[in-house]
Amino acid sequence: MPSLGADMEAGTFIEWNIAPGQAVKRGDVVCVVETEKGAVDVEIWASGTVARLVAEPGKRIPVGGILALLAAEGEDWQAVAATPAAPAEAPRPSPAPAPAPALVRSSPAARKRAEELGVDVAALAAKKGGAPITLADVEAAAKTAPRASAPAVAGEGAARTGMRQAIAAAMARSKREIPHYYLGCEVDVERAATWLEQFNAGRPIGERVLFAALAFKAIALALRDVPDLNGVFVDGAFRPSAAIHLGVVTSLREGGVINPALHDADKLGVPALMAALRDLLMRVRAGQLRSSDLADATTTVTNLGDLGVETVYGVIYPPQVALIGLGRVVARPIVREQQIVASRMLTVTLSADHRVTDGMTGARFLSKVREHLAQPEAL
Amino acid sequence: MNAPDRAAIRQAVIDAVLTIAPEADFETVVPTKSLREQLDLDSFDYLNVLIALAKRLQVEVPEADYGKVDTLDGLIGYLAERVART
Repeated sequence: MPSLGADMEAGTFIEWNIAPGQAVKRGDVVCVVETEKGAVDVEIWASGTVARLVAEPGKRIPVGGILALLAAEGEDWQAVAATPAAPAEAPRPSPAPAPAPALVRSSPAARKRAEELGVDVAALAAKKGGAPITLADVEAAAKTAPRASAPAVAGEGAARTGMRQAIAAAMARSKREIPHYYLGCEVDVERAATWLEQFNAGRPIGERVLFAALAFKAIALALRDVPDLNGVFVDGAFRPSAAIHLGVVTSLREGGVINPALHDADKLGVPALMAALRDLLMRVRAGQLRSSDLADATTTVTNLGDLGVETVYGVIYPPQVALIGLGRVVARPIVREQQIVASRMLTVTLSADHRVTDGMTGARFLSKVREHLAQPEAL
Repeated sequence: MNAPDRAAIRQAVIDAVLTIAPEADFETVVPTKSLREQLDLDSFDYLNVLIALAKRLQVEVPEADYGKVDTLDGLIGYLAERVART
């Protein structure tokens, strides 16, 4: 059972997409696991041949527990299948058993609609033989069925409570363990915004880039310049990460947030970064996240500009050591070369872990973000 | 093929929005107020709505015209005019 975020202790196994004897390669989606954040497609992290499926649908399995036995390339899978499973399955004691989430694979949109319409998604899933429940399924069921009984709604409530509890646990741990320090600065983004308008003017709508993508790229490059903000704090020590995977705080329409990772953000050109970001956010909306989306962010960015927020000081997601906040781009009168001019401004903030860095490092980072945004053509 | 009429365009807009915000209730949407604000659509959501509409109606809204398509009435009116011209 992979860890799909630092706040995950266990997951409920839903279904297999593979069978014994089948060859798999790293990255293949092999099963579906339900977490507090919804159903997630789990990608296998090694190649080989499936020997034996250990996990059974409906079972709650702790992070690190065995899901299946895999024969390495060249190994006889039937021999591997015959070996007894290691006793690693013993569940770790869980401090407070969370309410069992509904064992249903469905998109967040479908769940939300089901709750509104009083459709029992569990019953629907049983009818569909475990296939994912879509919005259309829910709507169709609502037309044919009378309002369902209370348990379905209770199940939805439990899933939502589960997410609330997971967020509460992660944020409480953050505030308990991480001595945050906070810095913020206003960045003149007139040049970047103008450059982007020209860039977009000549492109079809599907290739247009939003300002957020430009800002994400600038942040990724600034993290490369100031690597002490990119990594995790584990067992009393900071472990910097060479790769820059930006967690993107995404609010779910049905409540709660999820932080899927935008992988190798520093290495993507702006159009590729925009495409990756759009793909990621579409999959969040459709409830089609994969395990690799949730596993390994090295720093997180929260962008509340769309909601009219000008300044956000976020709470760091443990075990990460920094969180960057983006506000709204607003036109303001500023002084440039002794003249008062109108210019578009963006407030960038940093919440960072004082165990790992000091204000000096944070200040250097913000000044690098400013530098990168001043040269949009180089992003 | 005849150009889609206003009702068809309105339906296309509703369909596009519902794929992203399935809970949106168009009975209560005020057509003269910001659609994004009423339905909590972020800039990625709204871009995806416009991309879906571009595919369906073959009308791309240039970035410079975003101000004209902020409300439901504005968006439908803009698309109707552009569809009629093509």
